Amino acid sequence: MSDAREVLLEIRDLRIDGYTGEEWQPIIKGVDLTLHKGEVLGLIGESGAGKSTIGAASMGFARDGTRISGGSIVFDGLDLTTAGREEKRKLRGKRIAYVAQSAAASFNPAHKIIDQHTEAPVMYGLQSRAEAEADAMALYEQLRLPNPDEIGFRYPHQVSGGQLQRAMTAMAMACRPDLIIFDEPTTALDVTTQIEVLAAIREIVERFDTAAIYITHDLAVVAQMADTIKVLLKGEEVDEAPTREMLTDPKQDYTKSLWAVRSFKRQQKPLAGPDEVPVVSVRGVSAAYGKVKVLEDVSFDIHRGRTVAVVGESGSGKSTTARCITGLLPPTRGEILFEGQALPPRYTDRTKDQLRHAQMIYQMADTALNPKIRISEIIGRPAQFYSGLSGAALRKRVEELLELIELDPAEFYDRLPPELSGGQKQRIGIARALAAEPAFIICDEVTSALDQLVAEGILKLLDRLQKELDLSYMFITHDLATVRAIADEVVVMQNGRVVEHGPKDEMFRPPHHPYTDLLLSSVPEMDPDWLTHLLDARGVDNVGSAETAL
Amino acid sequence: MSILSYVFIAVLALGLGYSLVRRDRELTITVVVVALLAALFYLLGGVGSLNVLSIAAAVLMGAAIAAYAFRFLLIAVLPQGGAQVMRTAPLTAAFGMLVILIYAIAGLFAPLIAPYGEAEVVGSAFAMADDQMILGADQLGRDLFSRLIYGARNTVGLALMATVLAFIAGAIAGLLAAVKGGWFDQVMGRLADVIMSIPSLIFALLILSIFGTNLGVIVVTVAVIYSPRVFRLTRAVAGNIVVMDYVEAAKLRGEGDWYLIRREILPNSTAPLVAEFGLEFCFVFLLIAGLSFLGLGIQPPTADWGSMVRENATLISFGVVTPLIPAAAIALLTVAINFVVDWMLYRSSGLKEGQG
Repeated sequence: MSDAREVLLEIRDLRIDGYTGEEWQPIIKGVDLTLHKGEVLGLIGESGAGKSTIGAASMGFARDGTRISGGSIVFDGLDLTTAGREEKRKLRGKRIAYVAQSAAASFNPAHKIIDQHTEAPVMYGLQSRAEAEADAMALYEQLRLPNPDEIGFRYPHQVSGGQLQRAMTAMAMACRPDLIIFDEPTTALDVTTQIEVLAAIREIVERFDTAAIYITHDLAVVAQMADTIKVLLKGEEVDEAPTREMLTDPKQDYTKSLWAVRSFKRQQKPLAGPDEVPVVSVRGVSAAYGKVKVLEDVSFDIHRGRTVAVVGESGSGKSTTARCITGLLPPTRGEILFEGQALPPRYTDRTKDQLRHAQMIYQMADTALNPKIRISEIIGRPAQFYSGLSGAALRKRVEELLELIELDPAEFYDRLPPELSGGQKQRIGIARALAAEPAFIICDEVTSALDQLVAEGILKLLDRLQKELDLSYMFITHDLATVRAIADEVVVMQNGRVVEHGPKDEMFRPPHHPYTDLLLSSVPEMDPDWLTHLLDARGVDNVGSAETAL
Repeated sequence: MSILSYVFIAVLALGLGYSLVRRDRELTITVVVVALLAALFYLLGGVGSLNVLSIAAAVLMGAAIAAYAFRFLLIAVLPQGGAQVMRTAPLTAAFGMLVILIYAIAGLFAPLIAPYGEAEVVGSAFAMADDQMILGADQLGRDLFSRLIYGARNTVGLALMATVLAFIAGAIAGLLAAVKGGWFDQVMGRLADVIMSIPSLIFALLILSIFGTNLGVIVVTVAVIYSPRVFRLTRAVAGNIVVMDYVEAAKLRGEGDWYLIRREILPNSTAPLVAEFGLEFCFVFLLIAGLSFLGLGIQPPTADWGSMVRENATLISFGVVTPLIPAAAIALLTVAINFVVDWMLYRSSGLKEGQG
């Protein structure tokens, strides 16, 4: 559609190497890319596919430990692979801008937002300081930031994550660049906040006719943003096609498999009988961090062999509920029952057996596994600690557990966590929880840090284990696709309260609580027109959704 | 001009040619800078200063060659894992290890290496160097070389003991403070503040004048002075680790404090602690040498580098380098340890793994 337009960025046979401590290994193995003026290209792929590396290379930048070893990157007639430092520096910020995944980490916390915004245009002599400030406020307004005249004079920590991400987009726009590289700008945000940022980005890119490279691993997001989608796998291009064509008619097997991921759905189990004693029940729990109340009268039950999904935005109290159940945060009111028996509120007061029965799987497998301890001990320790196994019996148990999580014992027994991939680490986390032979496992966002294919594998594994071992799960997530896939019951939380609670089928069927409705409608769908339709729909009753969003 | 100077100029010319042929920008710049420096020396100080510069260059070259050979040797001798690590070690680290090894050998086998006893009077006072005494004699006619060797044993041994003691006390307190938190953390933290608020040299002088200057008192005093620094570092490092999910998982499993410290926290904090050990060792070493220089450290006739500097200080007025030799021994060890520590910090910071 944009073939007639001028070519802005042309990458030919790009090769990038990474240094592994011993030798240079190829990361990008000959990728071509053409971007026309005003065009948005979506780059998708799993982690390690080289998306971000290509994004950085589009600015002629190779990160520490990487080098551009071949090919050409021509931006508006200038080959960035041979251009001097100064030439490249003059392009960056002025003609090419970059929006990073974590705006909170990318803003300098010691300076006001607007000071950082105006730095580039003033330095390049495009605008005076006053003009730049006025322009910044105009951009804030276009990006629908609240109080556009005032928000720039706050420090980064004084605005929310979604607002900061929009402020960063505004900053990228400051010099009206020809190209913006968005590197997973919404990945760290809640679905409800994501919508605002996506809408803002799309609008401003269209308004200024800016070309963009949009890097993400979320297909539904890229479907809303990009004109063309390029699929990467291990540093090579797998597929490239206009968005609609790519979505309706994927050519390559790998692309199809990516598209098919969201199809995993488990049969919902029948509800537990009324006189069945729940494995865990949370009764009227309130909790606070110091004086700040975070939970208010939270109650729900988890029955044997069932999965209860707890959903809500960040800050809604999902993880705090888990901390109350495990005893890390003693509730100020209410109690936690395990099989009808009240648990001591503090974990240090619980017996070994009570501790054994409530296990936890964490979101970040990187920080959940001690990097200096071998797999055999990570999994073996709970078995040794609770069941008193040792020697050959312990080894046998560890090997059994490794087989249970579908990892080869011979290969993984003696390895260290940093040698493992994200999905493998998460499996080890599961095995450690299983080693305690628990009745109940809390899964805290276990799939949100993983690629979709890997996440699906983890969900299938958890489902299989539940069937085999009759486990109960409390599944904390903000991803409703995961809820759809694995939950029996759903608890929706907002601001520390349970706003809706019921079997999954009911939850996904109207009528909803307005907050549930907002959550549900905010989940991106694969339809490229989804965002447009949604914004139109919300525009009509904007007042209502704004209220619930607050 | 001496032969060394000619060799120096020849090496510079060869280096320039090589770097131009290889189009190595950094090497060219280095060579040109060194050549300009040499020219400046020649213009300002004449042939003499150029000779000095050549000697310095030759010493550096010799050190580099020795370090290279030492690394080569280690790679050949060490088992698989160690050799792998050594292969990535920079020359500075290899040089540091070589120096430390030489000091260790000198200290351990002092009676075998030293030609005379440490308190043995073998010549006239301030005798010049000859075949018998390769570094000459001190103010009482004792062999300086022998005393230097014994000094390695006494000064380094004492510093090592004090550092180890400071580390055991500081690290255990720091780890416990991080794991337990609460009042224990507060009490230990304030105690550390109190000790650190007293200037270390004055504190040491005070304690040593009260309790006398025997070895035990010196070791304990120095350990007390340095343990708060270790405490602070350990607590900070461990504080970052106790908030990790894997520590939470272990706590929820019901593990005790001792297991948390031993299996979860220590393995993840060894790198900064070992690096800190190297640094603290240097400070302890300098403090003990300083105390000895003031007459409150190791007492005569025991050989000690700090007091050797003081005893021979008068010779400086006669333009003799003798008092500088023990001082150089202290300096060399400090530099060597810091080379090794730098490398360890680099390794533990994870910079070597290019973020993929």
